[in-house]
Amino acid sequence: MTIRIKKGRTGQSLRDTVVQMSGVDLSACYQCKKCSSGCTVSAHSQSPPSEIIRRLQLGAGDELLRNDLIFTCVSCETCYARCPMGIDLVPVMDALRALAVQRKAAIPKGNVPLFNSAFLKTVHIFGRTYDLGLMALYKIGTSSYSQDADKIPLLIGKKKIAFLPSFSPNLKTVKRIFEIARQNKGK
Amino acid sequence: MRYAYYPGCSSESSARDQHTSSIAVTRALGIDLVEIPGWSCCGATPAHQTDRLLAASLPAANLLWARDMGLDVAVNCAACYNRLKTANYEVQHQPEMRKKVAAALNRDYDGSVKVRHIVEVLLEDFGVKNLETRLRHSLNGLKIAAYYGCLLVRPHEVTQFDDPENPQSVDTLVTALGGESLDWPCKVSCCGNSLSLTTRSDMVVDFSDAIIGMAASAGAECIAVACPLCQVNLDLRQSNIQKKTGRNYQMPVLYITQLIGLCLGLSFAELGLNKLVVSPSAVIKVVNENSFKF
Repeated sequence: MTIRIKKGRTGQSLRDTVVQMSGVDLSACYQCKKCSSGCTVSAHSQSPPSEIIRRLQLGAGDELLRNDLIFTCVSCETCYARCPMGIDLVPVMDALRALAVQRKAAIPKGNVPLFNSAFLKTVHIFGRTYDLGLMALYKIGTSSYSQDADKIPLLIGKKKIAFLPSFSPNLKTVKRIFEIARQNKGK
Repeated sequence: MRYAYYPGCSSESSARDQHTSSIAVTRALGIDLVEIPGWSCCGATPAHQTDRLLAASLPAANLLWARDMGLDVAVNCAACYNRLKTANYEVQHQPEMRKKVAAALNRDYDGSVKVRHIVEVLLEDFGVKNLETRLRHSLNGLKIAAYYGCLLVRPHEVTQFDDPENPQSVDTLVTALGGESLDWPCKVSCCGNSLSLTTRSDMVVDFSDAIIGMAASAGAECIAVACPLCQVNLDLRQSNIQKKTGRNYQMPVLYITQLIGLCLGLSFAELGLNKLVVSPSAVIKVVNENSFKF
């Protein structure tokens, strides 16, 4: 297979940025593709994980941030468990995802960054996850009201969803952590 | 035996049954779970997918509160377990991260608080031999596929849980209960995690179909799990699988603590059996028919 890449922007390459953010050495990869064979989501995605590494090695630019594997990756760590060179791809995917959000790359179907930010918003407000709030924020953001709507009466009937949020009494610490993390962003 | 208990957010919503069954089982066995006062969310997958400092500091705060109690931590949720252990690993191995976490928490944390999953507590700390003497019912050869998913076993150097490709902990507990644990290839496959809550839930239906289908062809009559996301994805998605593929598995998916509770003779209400979507009646029937005489 031929891989065509666009040259990255001038200044620090995407590869170097990802290596710096993730602390993972990508040069050790020799394309054995064990990560791709074991990958939970690659059959449902544009590219397998080994291709993402190859593209980074070859100097891919920001077009890589639109690759949907970055967003379908479920952080299951199967790639890392099977990599003969011990390359942990999960922090690499985390870095690419953060860069995609930061550089406003197009976000594919599923909108995982919106899901993540809705999840963290409830944690920021209550100190604990609030499923109903999370689902409302996500469904409004994606206009996906009918998606799995049939599950909601079942979840409520089985009390698998709490109506009211639960507050952590240590909310002050949680808010402080969020604030410091925000100040540290990019450092 | 006493532990600082970290319930995790799912204990108040989707996995209330895992929480209540663990409480009931440990109480019956004389293991003391003391809830960490004021515990907060571990950040789960969204935190590490968003920000590394956030992902390390949220669990570290809870570990510090546990350290104040002077106890090891016991945890039910595989995702919480994974995040707490990752925080320990990162502050131990990355001095830079330890400094940043200390600044975020206004307190230094050295990563020394031990974190135990409830499966490890029952299997290693309490012991299978001890458990066997307390059983009132048997699973009498019921064929059970033990499903571990991702977060307990990976990454191995962080969680140090059992074997990353062919774990046996839940199997050993199943065998102790008199069940037949199956050798099957999807033990550590991924169910799709939180994609279930996004508009890509179609992927989770495919993954769950592959996992349950494999368990069924290995002869499983029940799947035993130890993670809230695995349980919800495998249990709740069976109706979607039927709609999409026509396959109607009706496969009960129980937490290992619910199976243990049944064999200890605990009440269905305590074990939260009414929370299961696919009826566990086939399992309950076996348990009722196989009581030990005293």
